[in-house]
Amino acid sequence: MRRYRIRKDESCVSCLRCVSECSFGAIEKGKDRTLVFHHDKCTDCQRCVSFCPTGAIYITEDENRFRQNSVFREDDIREILLQAETGGVLLSSMGASGKSVPIYFDKLLLNASQVTNPSIDPLREPMETAVFLGQRPEEVQRDQSGRIVDNLPPHLELRTPIMFSAMSYGAISLNVHKALAAAAEKLGTYWNTGEGGLHESLYPYKENTIVQVASGRFGVHGTYLNTAAAIEIKIGQGAKPGIGGHLTGKKIIGDVSKTRMVPEGLDAISPAPHHDIYSIEDLAQLVMSIKEATHYTKPVIVKAAAVHNIAPIASGIARSGADIISIDGYRGGTGAAPKRIRDNVGIPIELAIAAVDQRLREERIRDRVSIIASGGIRNSSDAVKAIALGADAVSIGTAALCALGCHICASCHTGRCAWGLATQDPKLTERLDPEKGAERLVNLVNAWTREIKEIMGGMGINSIEALRGNRMALRGVDLNAKELEVLGIGYAGE
Amino acid sequence: MKEFDIRKDGHEEIMVTDCLGERYIGCGMKDGVMHIKGTPGNALASYLDGGTVYVDGNAQDAAADTMNAGLLAIKGSAGDALAYGMRGGRVYVLGDAGYRAGVHMKAYEDKKSILVIGGRAGSFLGEYLAGGIIIVLGLGCEGKSITGYFCGNGMYAGTIYLRTDKVPLNLSDKLIRRNVSDEEKDRILRPIIADYASVFSISAEDCLKGSFIAIEADRSKSYSQLYAAV
Repeated sequence: MRRYRIRKDESCVSCLRCVSECSFGAIEKGKDRTLVFHHDKCTDCQRCVSFCPTGAIYITEDENRFRQNSVFREDDIREILLQAETGGVLLSSMGASGKSVPIYFDKLLLNASQVTNPSIDPLREPMETAVFLGQRPEEVQRDQSGRIVDNLPPHLELRTPIMFSAMSYGAISLNVHKALAAAAEKLGTYWNTGEGGLHESLYPYKENTIVQVASGRFGVHGTYLNTAAAIEIKIGQGAKPGIGGHLTGKKIIGDVSKTRMVPEGLDAISPAPHHDIYSIEDLAQLVMSIKEATHYTKPVIVKAAAVHNIAPIASGIARSGADIISIDGYRGGTGAAPKRIRDNVGIPIELAIAAVDQRLREERIRDRVSIIASGGIRNSSDAVKAIALGADAVSIGTAALCALGCHICASCHTGRCAWGLATQDPKLTERLDPEKGAERLVNLVNAWTREIKEIMGGMGINSIEALRGNRMALRGVDLNAKELEVLGIGYAGE
Repeated sequence: MKEFDIRKDGHEEIMVTDCLGERYIGCGMKDGVMHIKGTPGNALASYLDGGTVYVDGNAQDAAADTMNAGLLAIKGSAGDALAYGMRGGRVYVLGDAGYRAGVHMKAYEDKKSILVIGGRAGSFLGEYLAGGIIIVLGLGCEGKSITGYFCGNGMYAGTIYLRTDKVPLNLSDKLIRRNVSDEEKDRILRPIIADYASVFSISAEDCLKGSFIAIEADRSKSYSQLYAAV
């Protein structure tokens, strides 16, 4: 169904670059080097626009609209038509598009020092952005001669509070994994394999790799668990809480098959729950068995989607022996998810983080775990706000893909990504040079880290540790009393 | 008595006696042989990676969880969630297995998970099966149902063999049930059963007696057909 319209102006030199760049078959070569536009196939990924040497191409929303109706909007009608034709469950990708769900980050304002306490200039004074993730010992132990005993459980050390979110090989290409791994190493942070296993060529990045154990247990074996700095048990993700995964057999080819250890062409299905986890006690058992299998040398992360009861769930996770809780909010991205689930299930990360931090503090177990927040972190100020609401660090997925070229056309599930990211087609994946990609990721995170330092300096804070859960640094606008209460912040002017 | 760390110091053969519910025994064991007398606790031999574990008694829940290679042989019965997500090696149970046995077992190239249950299995046997072979023999249960409800639901590869002529309860219409020919029995089941019988010193012929049915996924009803891309 047509959504966008492709046009060109007189500056077109018929170089046909757009034809070779379009992976969706929307622009084809006609007779005598003319262009044939198949508007219905266009996803507005902007690849042709970006590569047109003369700037001759325009992609716009099609002017032909369905009749405007304030109840049945254009997308509603479009989707009904599609489902009437196919009988299928609507499949989508990237993050939620629920337009009436507020982005709370945009309604939070940060504080700054004026007169009563000095702000800090990060260019002149030391500013600590390092973060340690893991359990903190509840008491200081001393030996008989009074020396402090090192009873610190295994930790992750991040030079910046920004990590890369879990994205599986299969959903994204090996080149993207390479770029993420190399960038994580340079930045002193971590990338996450997602549940598709770890390609052998990335074993050297072990110190900066988090491996995931999801319900499908794809590619999970002793070497995998031990070729990582930490292990993440994935219970859920923000884009599709309560839903399993399904990587179509079409994408299980070559090295994806080898890395997932799934025969070529066979679907890879991750059941909705882990069928060995039906309770917090079962979770505790999986956490401990992973610690056994890795000889208690690595922290274990439990990743859950932000859902209504996330605070008590997080309390259970904190008591399960897990070292880190990763919470993925309503707007978290995905390579493929049923659209109704993506847009209607879960709660925004801002509210989830505030509720979890508050609950764990009340129960006096906040120091038993660290919290990673994700799901729609777009820039450094979102990161600062998430940390001020109670997170220890944030992780970015969509933003990282954008750094590599993604224009969020949300067509990942088609496997035809024109930017060569969410695809396994070798002709497309070679569009990303992993080294250049790593450089761009390093630039992005370094830039955000500088901005974080500047923001913290303005507030008179000189370490992430002092920012964490510091809700005095936040005020809300355009929020009601209940929202302020859940967020644990005052209104602007209060 | 000399104390030593079996992880660091290495071992060839270990005997654990008076076992009473201790969890995570043999977790991730790469080599060597462990004999357990008594009743080990949950997550026995999880991530087992090549070692051999013999249990002279019953096992509890989540035995052989995410197992990769090796052999787990249980002379008694096993609890729930046996061999979840198993990707290779052999799990032999002489007695019964609880709910959710063999869920999401896999096979890849030379790695083939094999689960043999001598008695009966509970409901949800082999759900989401992605590869490998599950055999339920129902020894001493002739004439009774040897599996529970939802056998093989959601499976998309691999085979479940049942030594019975009864159709499992509420078998999904997305699965195909067929009778196993003598040729298939000799080619596929006989070598596995011979090994199984030798581990427990029982008669292989008794285990192979009678007819078997096989349950497999109906490839024409794949998940992909469920979706419409927006």
